[in-house]
Amino acid sequence: MASYLKMPKLSDTMSEGTLVKWLKKPGDPVAVDEDIAEVETDKATMTMPSFEEGVLHTIYVKEGETVALGAALALILSEGEEPPAEAGKAPGGETTAGSPAPKPEAPAATPAVAVAAASAPASATVAAPASARLKASPLARKIAKEKGVDLARVAGSGPGGRIVKKDVENAPATGGGGGSLGLLPAAAAKPDLSVPLTGMRRVIAARLLESKTTIPHFYLNIEIDTEPLMSLREQVNAASTANGGPKYTVNDFIMRATVLATGSVPEVNGSFQGDSILYHGETHLSVAVAIEDGLVTPVIRSAQSKSIRELAVELKELAVRARDKKLTPNEMTGGTITLSNLGAFGIGHFDAIINPPQAAILAIGTITKQPVVNAQNQIVPGQRMWIGMSCDHRVIDGAVGARFLSELKRFLETPVLLVS
Amino acid sequence: MASYDLIVIGGGPAGYVGAIRAAQLGKKVACIENDRAGGTCLNWGCIPTKALIKNADLYLTMRDKAAEFGLSFDNLGYDWSKVIGRSRGVSDKLAGGIEFLFKKNKVDYLRGIGSLAGSSPSGGNKVTVTDAEGKTEAHDAKHVLLATGCKARDLPFLKFDGKRVLNARDAMTLPEQPKEMLIIGAGAIGVEFAYFYNAFGTKVTLVEMMDHLLPVEDTDVSVALEKSFKKQGIHFLLATKTTAAAVTDGGVELTVEPAKGGESVVLKGDVCLVAVGVGAILPGGADKLELTDRGYVKTNDRYQTNLPGVSAAGDLIGPPWLAHVASFEAIHAVESMFDPKHKSKKVDVFPGCTYCHPEVASVGLTERACKEKGIAVKIGKFPFQASGRALASGDPEGFVKLIYGEKYGELLGAHIIGAEATELIAEMGLAITLEATYEELENTIHAHPTLSEAIHEATSDAFGHAIHL
Repeated sequence: MASYLKMPKLSDTMSEGTLVKWLKKPGDPVAVDEDIAEVETDKATMTMPSFEEGVLHTIYVKEGETVALGAALALILSEGEEPPAEAGKAPGGETTAGSPAPKPEAPAATPAVAVAAASAPASATVAAPASARLKASPLARKIAKEKGVDLARVAGSGPGGRIVKKDVENAPATGGGGGSLGLLPAAAAKPDLSVPLTGMRRVIAARLLESKTTIPHFYLNIEIDTEPLMSLREQVNAASTANGGPKYTVNDFIMRATVLATGSVPEVNGSFQGDSILYHGETHLSVAVAIEDGLVTPVIRSAQSKSIRELAVELKELAVRARDKKLTPNEMTGGTITLSNLGAFGIGHFDAIINPPQAAILAIGTITKQPVVNAQNQIVPGQRMWIGMSCDHRVIDGAVGARFLSELKRFLETPVLLVS
Repeated sequence: MASYDLIVIGGGPAGYVGAIRAAQLGKKVACIENDRAGGTCLNWGCIPTKALIKNADLYLTMRDKAAEFGLSFDNLGYDWSKVIGRSRGVSDKLAGGIEFLFKKNKVDYLRGIGSLAGSSPSGGNKVTVTDAEGKTEAHDAKHVLLATGCKARDLPFLKFDGKRVLNARDAMTLPEQPKEMLIIGAGAIGVEFAYFYNAFGTKVTLVEMMDHLLPVEDTDVSVALEKSFKKQGIHFLLATKTTAAAVTDGGVELTVEPAKGGESVVLKGDVCLVAVGVGAILPGGADKLELTDRGYVKTNDRYQTNLPGVSAAGDLIGPPWLAHVASFEAIHAVESMFDPKHKSKKVDVFPGCTYCHPEVASVGLTERACKEKGIAVKIGKFPFQASGRALASGDPEGFVKLIYGEKYGELLGAHIIGAEATELIAEMGLAITLEATYEELENTIHAHPTLSEAIHEATSDAFGHAIHL
């Protein structure tokens, strides 16, 4: 019987989808689970399987068009079936009964964890969009890496602007600070450029606007003495690498400290639900990872039961796949508290925007050497790091947040607790 | 009298390709050809000789390898006129194909001799066509592309006569098979004819001035080919120059001596093929055309000659004299003509193929050239003797030799000798054009069992991790 293929919900924050490419054309037979189109959601580009068997009769949505969840994409008929009278046009934007499309302003009413677990289609595959690819030959890339040339600043002379060997050989190195700027040819005036939003940029815009305008944020900061942490890290890494184990980053220790502090002050691990507050039984740690054209927050699930080693390995693996745009939607949803670390960029301290429906986000700054006053009232060289915390005041009061940060400080300044 | 955007003089791989490209760009085009569409390549070069080579391959397989494959038959023989006839038939068929392409692309095909005849009142060039009956017609052309090609060069003491002293064109249409053949020059042409005639039982002697057969190829490849030719019974004298010749009623006598000097020897044969190189064929009215010191038409980066509105492409602008290079040049010449923004490319990387058995194919730099340029390299080699597919086919002769830059691991040169080498080389050309490094080659899965696995293994060998060596 005639059935309409509709824009499915491929991730729990998805409210609309862009039809990237039809993999079938009218007249083609389709089988259940056979890939029929590529759809870009807010998170990734996925292939969409058909839920019906039959023949693709009419396509209603052109490649590149964005439509709401549940909108009819195409008409599928059984073999030999006559099309219904109204086959020429798409039926109204009805949504599938039983699964209303959530608007981006309203996070799913059920706990995010449960939603994520149930909603990811098993057959979804994630493809990396090709648009932002820098075209350069393998040899050009190798030479650029060795010479410290930033390929983004090199004009390619090959076919389609591809950067080839001689372009890189003629380019000045850009590594090593601003001094090289003088070597660049006088910058030509560049025209303004209007770039359409990608699905990811759209979801960042919607969710962070919602967060910053509807959540009453307040901000706390605490200074951490990182000397004990740095010296312990040195010992741990020496021992670990001697046995062929991994090297731990400062961030790995902070992840573990965050999880332990959340255990001490579980009130921060909650979500505001309108007429209730949901306190999560487990800590699912979201970690912000910057990628080529945006930001994703992969989630380390049940982080409270993981050792620093397990946390480190899992984050490393998630970050690699995040940069390759290979994360599945359920690996990016269901976190209960978020960690954002800009220390590597030399940022001293900053305030982050809460990642709803969570109630807190931590903002980690860089470690600096500075004069400090020791217990003997002497000024000595020391190492310090600032951690900021943004809290949803509907869930977390000032004193609760402060208790959490002081627990975090205690763990980081007694770092042996992190590895025991 | 007609007026054209472009008149192409010459209908070979440069001329017909340039004419069709211009027609695709919406231009009004004529192509003048005095002989047969398709030029030397299709009528008197690449194609008919490949037909002959296939005959030789088949005959040798049946004669020498049938027993190995468990096949037996009596009275294996051949009919020489049919061997030659099949080759001519293939050319005829393809020449007809080019005329069809002209029609399809609305290119006017003018039969006759094309000549430059000064500038036209409209500011372009005048071109005349003189047909077989001597009737001359003049046309106007905004642009002219010279693609008249080259013809074989003879020696001062050994002039072509078509009977005893042969060029390649004569050698591929001999009505009777000679018993003994002398060949001067062991480049691709000399080597291919040596293989072909030897296969059918002619006693062949090759004379080459340089130290090796196929002297432009990597020396390892030349040495391997020399071993194989010796086994096949082909005689060759390397580092030997021909100093004198005599043509008699009974045949040809060559006086040869070591290139470095020494005692001379006289060689005798029924016929002598002279394959020492080619010289440019200039169209009529070309006296003001600037030439290089070796007599080829001089062109700039956009394939323009010194005459306004006149460009040139193909063999007549100098080596390499290869059909695929000529076509490439013609496309760039035509695009440069009609699109001032076109980034014209001169030929730098091109494959070279020789279709004897074992086949020889190469692209990029030889090991010798890398040494001369002082480039540090890593070299990998894989013999077909270790290839499952080659053994299964009963043809394990030869090897793949790949040359990578030491510092960045980019592919610099590929040299293949063995069955299907000329087909295998395409991947190597793509790799060099894309500036691929050994990592891309190694990360490309090559199907098993194929000869192409040897490319993968030679790559691994260059970096010390070949599996099957």
